[in-house]
Amino acid sequence: MAQTHTLQDRARDPRVWAALLLFCILAAVISPSVPWLGAYPAKWTLPLETWINATLQPALEWVQPLSRLFAVGLETPLRALREALTWLPWPFVAVVVVALALRASRWGLAALAVLAQVYIVLVGYWPHSMNTLAIVLMSLPPAIAIGFALGAAATRWPRLETRVVAMLDAMQTFPAFAYLIPLLILFGFGPAAGLIAGVIFSIPPMVRNTMLGLQRVPDAVVESALMCGATPFQLFWQARVPVAKSQILVGVNQTTMASLSMVIIVAVIGGFNDIGWEVLSAMRGAELGRSLLSGLVIVAMAILLDRITFGFATTVAGQARPIGRNAFWTIVAAALISGIAFRLLVPEVDFQPDTLGRSLARSIDATLLQFVGATGNLFSALRDGLNYGLMIPLRIGLQSAATPAVWGFALQGWMVALYVIVTLAAAAFLARRNWKWAIALLFGTLFLATGVTRFPWPCFVALGLLLSFALGGGRLFLLTAGAMALILLSGMWMPFTQSLYLTGLAVLLCVTIGGAFGVLAAESDTVSRILRPINDALQTMPQFVFLIPALMLFRVGEFTALIAIMLYAIVPPVRYVEQGLRTVPAHLVEAAQQMGVTRMQMLWQVKLPLAAPVIRLGINQTIMAALSMLVIAALVGTRDLGQQVFIALGKANLGLGLVSGVAIALLAMVSDRMLRR
Amino acid sequence: MKLECRNVWKVYGRRPDFYFDSKGYTIEPDQLAERMAAEDHIPALIDATFDVHEGEIFMVMGLSGSGKSTLIRCLSRLIGANHGQIRLDGQDLLAATPKELIEIRRHKMGMVFQSFGLLPHLTVLENTAFPLKLQGIDRTAREEKAREMINLVGLEGREESYPHQLSGGQQQRVGIARSLAVGPELWFLDEPFSALDPLIRRQMQDEFLRLQQQLHKTIIFVTHDIMEACRLADRIALMRNGRIIQIGTPAEILLNPADAYVAEFTSEVSLGRVIRAGDMAQPGIADTGHPEVDADQPIEALLAGIGAGAQCFTVRPSGRYSGGRLEAARILQILGHSGHPARPAASQGIV
Ligand SMILES: Nc1ncnc2c1ncn2[C@@H]1O[C@H](COP(=O)(O)OP(=O)(O)O)[C@@H](O)[C@H]1O
Ligand SMILES: [Mg+2]
Repeated sequence: MAQTHTLQDRARDPRVWAALLLFCILAAVISPSVPWLGAYPAKWTLPLETWINATLQPALEWVQPLSRLFAVGLETPLRALREALTWLPWPFVAVVVVALALRASRWGLAALAVLAQVYIVLVGYWPHSMNTLAIVLMSLPPAIAIGFALGAAATRWPRLETRVVAMLDAMQTFPAFAYLIPLLILFGFGPAAGLIAGVIFSIPPMVRNTMLGLQRVPDAVVESALMCGATPFQLFWQARVPVAKSQILVGVNQTTMASLSMVIIVAVIGGFNDIGWEVLSAMRGAELGRSLLSGLVIVAMAILLDRITFGFATTVAGQARPIGRNAFWTIVAAALISGIAFRLLVPEVDFQPDTLGRSLARSIDATLLQFVGATGNLFSALRDGLNYGLMIPLRIGLQSAATPAVWGFALQGWMVALYVIVTLAAAAFLARRNWKWAIALLFGTLFLATGVTRFPWPCFVALGLLLSFALGGGRLFLLTAGAMALILLSGMWMPFTQSLYLTGLAVLLCVTIGGAFGVLAAESDTVSRILRPINDALQTMPQFVFLIPALMLFRVGEFTALIAIMLYAIVPPVRYVEQGLRTVPAHLVEAAQQMGVTRMQMLWQVKLPLAAPVIRLGINQTIMAALSMLVIAALVGTRDLGQQVFIALGKANLGLGLVSGVAIALLAMVSDRMLRR
Repeated sequence: MKLECRNVWKVYGRRPDFYFDSKGYTIEPDQLAERMAAEDHIPALIDATFDVHEGEIFMVMGLSGSGKSTLIRCLSRLIGANHGQIRLDGQDLLAATPKELIEIRRHKMGMVFQSFGLLPHLTVLENTAFPLKLQGIDRTAREEKAREMINLVGLEGREESYPHQLSGGQQQRVGIARSLAVGPELWFLDEPFSALDPLIRRQMQDEFLRLQQQLHKTIIFVTHDIMEACRLADRIALMRNGRIIQIGTPAEILLNPADAYVAEFTSEVSLGRVIRAGDMAQPGIADTGHPEVDADQPIEALLAGIGAGAQCFTVRPSGRYSGGRLEAARILQILGHSGHPARPAASQGIV
């Protein structure tokens, strides 16, 4: 105990950090002349991929007959459901959806349901969205059942709890595309693989919410049920579950949204004629109008699914809804029966406009092209500015960016000197307040000088290890060491640094921009009211959707990937900063006011430090969101680990997918542990 | 004897049963409790021994953290005791199997909780009928019984409301109705009125007394409010740090505090309202011509008579009191014109 304590204290000694800094500067200076310092040499790697493929592939192929059979078993009911949903004339399905909206919420949601569905029909995507819906609906029962069972078991046996939580963490950090690969090998390219991926991806929120709900059942409820003479079975089903029902339904809501997100992502493997595939092929064909229209279909579906399931989750016992239970079932039965009758009697009428969608797409295409053409200069200026000014230097360093080829001028001696002097002066200023900030600044400027991807790898390893030991102690140190070893030995170092740079930049920008919005929202109720629905919408959208506007405005490239990642990852900092600032205890704020602080002092010296733990949680969430988006952003062109996963998916290369997927998961776990503490 | 509780211990910590492993040597409670505390264990209930008689209101009273909830939960077997014996009608509760326990709770016990413990998804009617539903009684029968209970606690008309639509006092009425629905002989109440506003609390206490007059349950009632204890109790068990430090009627405890702690605790209570004529009456018959009073009259009520010149009262038997004679001088002595009454002087009168 005392031993590790002193060791960890030593890892927090400024002198140790100064030594590391000197070592890094030295390495950075000599690295151009020492080739193995700059890039990790290929001959020091192990063929991990090949080994994995050689061992796992036969194993998977061995169970293949069985799993393919299973896939057929799954696809039969799935096909039946898809065909039923597309076979029924849409107005009858729409009536059922509206009835659900009325049962879950108020008239407003019903009106929204009508609008959304009419839109989907008008643009001609009704069959596609029904195909997507069918897969989502099929994935829900198993996901909900498994998630509920796991959550209930983890609450019942506390020993199981830590293991289940660890498993969920691992599942949620492991990129979605990566576990598609073994599924494809097992179940073949088809809806079954997508369905199973949807199930796996949407289990964790169900487990978490079930656990949360069951754990929060008040002791008094449990004790009173026991005193009423409940058997263990009655206690669970008649007291615990009904009391936890609302939270469990929140789990159903999140599970539905996760499933939708995954089912749309899975469209990359193609073949279901679903809405995700429409968006993807439109994006690949650079058809702006079509990708926008089909993207909005996804948005409409997401909002409807979210609001309806959420409405059920938040219904309080005894709350009146526009229609009662009996009316609801009557409407549903009437709609289905008359739909079937109608289709059988008048098979040729299906109420769907044939060409409207296409001509609409074409005219939107024209408008959008005009818009993009007119604003092209603006957006490409924005893109180029950020690209050359921020992204390239951060990636390859000022030493490589400040060249005639990139910036149009070479680095002069006085510029280097100025950079060093300004840095040192700033560091000296910071050091008087807190040496950690000074060290962070110095490392930051060093990174900027060499570029994240060209920073000597031994320095990276040393920095990562020292940081993890100082923050998390021996266990985190071992985790980091293992992660580094895996990444180096598998030859993933370059993609890894690319990932680090891209996520790092996205997180930095998100925290700055999102944090500023969060501060505004905390200070002004109006801003908060405006931001809340936007945040809600951003958070319920399937990840895939964020690619569309980014791609439309900025074309293929790393910058577009950055924007897409940021769109997805900007919500947590806004939310957590606002929440952190707003929940600062009022008496502390009043005490500070008594002392006569200014508004700025209040923010920087009272509220932000007090809100720090919540904000750190938000940064953690931002990193997780950015990493999970990394793989999806690979679709618009990156060079990072996400792209490796994506390549692996294309080639059904299990080893590559596993190694790069695990690398991303490890990156997520290490940063999570560092921030969580 | 309805309920017998002998040397019951409840210890929280890593290995509580370790302390009671060895047979054959007698446990010295004070030393053992000290040792537990020194070894990172919490002795929440120390060597509790008492009896509860059929039909009495037995109050468990103490400051928060003194072990009252632990005691009542051991008696209802919501938690297991580490040591000792608890007998209900002669049956060893600690040895009851889970199945037997369910049967006992379904037919013999009812319990009311401080935070109500109502099921939020059920209406008042369904909540009240819940214990009957668990027994598999069919709907019409259980709802009829539940309605009867709801009328008993004065909630008729609210049958279809949900708990969140009720006030705290109304919710606790549902809790009471539910706990009575199975017709229990033994009724546990753990600080049932502590979560309520003072005014409502007072009203609920009155109704509680009214109910008990009708039902004659054997009641174990936990409270931290000495006034509540004195108003409602037949007998009070005073707890402190896991130990029962005194058991007696309110009058006994007020007039004969076991130690300085109890005396301090009870010093705020106005004796005139709590002590009843029957508590102080001496055997024998007063000479005729003295005013007659009921034994359950608080002595405060006799002051008017004393003011009018009465020297002695004839006490009529009432409730659990037998009658007798009571001299005005003794009342005045108790109510003491000086600050603290000379309490021990009254002790001969108390049995
Ligand atoms: N589950 C538990 N684990 C550890 N200690 C407990 C537990 N329950 C109660 N205690 C301790 O036992 C003591 C008595 O608690 P309790 O019976 O709830 O007191 P009361 O009801 O009189 O306020 C307290 O010191 C409390 O901290
Ligand atoms: Mg208590």
